[in-house]
Amino acid sequence: MAKRINPLMLQRIVKAQLWSLTGFTIGILFFIIFFISIKGLPQITLEFLTSNPVDMGRSGGIFSTIVCTLYLIFVSLMIAMPLGVGAAIYLTEYTRESRLTHIIRFGTECLAGIPSIIMGLFGFAFFVMALGLGWSILSGGMTMSIMLLPTIIRTTEESIKAVPYELREVSFSLGVTRWQTVTKVVLPSALPGIVTGIVLGIARCIEETAVIIFTVGSSLRLPESFFDSGRTMAVHFYILAREGISMPNAYGTAAILILSILFINLSAYYLARQFLKKIC
Amino acid sequence: MKEKLIEKTLMLLAFSAIGALLLMAVFIFKEGMPIIFKVGIKNFLFSTHWAPTKGHFGVSSMIVSSLFVTIGAMIIGVPLALACAITLAEFAPQRVTVILKPTIELLAGIPSVVYGFLGVVLLVPLIRDYLGGPGLSLLAASIILAIMILPTITSISIDAIKAVPYSYKEGSLALGATHWQTIRMVILKAARSGIITAIILGMARAIGETMAVIMVAGNALRLPQSPLSPVRTLTSNIALEMGYAAGDHRAALFATGIVLFVFIMVFNVSANIITKRWRRE
Repeated sequence: MAKRINPLMLQRIVKAQLWSLTGFTIGILFFIIFFISIKGLPQITLEFLTSNPVDMGRSGGIFSTIVCTLYLIFVSLMIAMPLGVGAAIYLTEYTRESRLTHIIRFGTECLAGIPSIIMGLFGFAFFVMALGLGWSILSGGMTMSIMLLPTIIRTTEESIKAVPYELREVSFSLGVTRWQTVTKVVLPSALPGIVTGIVLGIARCIEETAVIIFTVGSSLRLPESFFDSGRTMAVHFYILAREGISMPNAYGTAAILILSILFINLSAYYLARQFLKKIC
Repeated sequence: MKEKLIEKTLMLLAFSAIGALLLMAVFIFKEGMPIIFKVGIKNFLFSTHWAPTKGHFGVSSMIVSSLFVTIGAMIIGVPLALACAITLAEFAPQRVTVILKPTIELLAGIPSVVYGFLGVVLLVPLIRDYLGGPGLSLLAASIILAIMILPTITSISIDAIKAVPYSYKEGSLALGATHWQTIRMVILKAARSGIITAIILGMARAIGETMAVIMVAGNALRLPQSPLSPVRTLTSNIALEMGYAAGDHRAALFATGIVLFVFIMVFNVSANIITKRWRRE
């Protein structure tokens, strides 16, 4: 018969193992951030941020890619925000749980699981080719907005649900209509939660690569309108690194990507905490 | 009157997500199905011969590669993710969990191209030097994907473990079981459906990931012989060739997309069904 290990001893061993695996995981995260920062931060100067790429990105900065990223964020949010917030308002304030809401929820969840390469294929076939918008910030923004919808619907729904019901009752008892209650009472209280969803959407636009290559293209010129093609920072980084064009510039771009994502996620987290504090 | 109009408009908006999903399915199937029928479903799914410019469209080596890469990522990623989840949900003090959970979730925010790049710069040379082969390989892709899916699995598993009623734990502890015995025999059993959902969603993420995989997997067009051989997945096939494909070749890439779409829908629907059961429990 195998020797029985003392359960308390076993627990101590397991606990130590689990803690070290957790430490290892968190170590990976810090390693990634430090590695990219150490290699990339020295590249970042004011000139790097404000001058356009020269010679395919071999020298010069990343100004046009920053502008393109900002345009893309703007277009995506302008479309996804009204759609997502509107959908969430309908699901929480205007209807009860029914077959219909189940179907809508299921569809939204499935959409959240669609990989970006399929989104890219669709955006290319539909916006770029079928609608004839070509590779443009508009095509990319519309495709990205579909990707952002599930996140925005979910976070908005959750924050609207967290608004105490009494607020609505008071509003209704004063003879205020449902829509006025939503815009004047519910939405203002749910605002920080909604902003969290939008902030996460911004992060998504900065990170995404596959969708952007298929729908926005990879032109390095400074985009002048939403109908122009362009190259976001993530795509620029991908091309610099994959084709070995310029490692220093690739590290510089990566550092800016990581730091902005870090900043955005931390502010989303901060906003969410503020929101929780307020309603509790 | 105005109220009714607003309600109808909002209802329309609520359908935007599912409408987009349907539109997407319709478009990808419309573009891809004809070529599948043209070469025959059996030929398309089971032939390993992919030479789109010469009229050979067989995606089986990519299906196998995608599955192997995903399974590899699961073998490496799931134990790590579950270790994190158990530690943070059960052992760590509340104050520590509040900080560490979002920290792990930050891993999900790092762009996939950055993971791919780090894979090329750091991981691939290690594999080449110490294990042999070209370095760009199934193994490299699995390791990178394992790190990428960690946050998804960890964070959903933590929620599942925390949702187990406290009385279960008290009951077990009162019977004299140690904390670890309680976790292993009571808590993990009760949280099982939630953890399985987390793993399936992680799998869906792994099989759908593109940019990181293109950069580290080597993209060779054959059935993988060993963990060290270079492979091309369904996703990388689409992304690599889309830039110059036309005609039947382009249609075949959409057909590759259909295969991927079906995999993802199967994962999503099963995760959905299991989650429902979990909620009922």
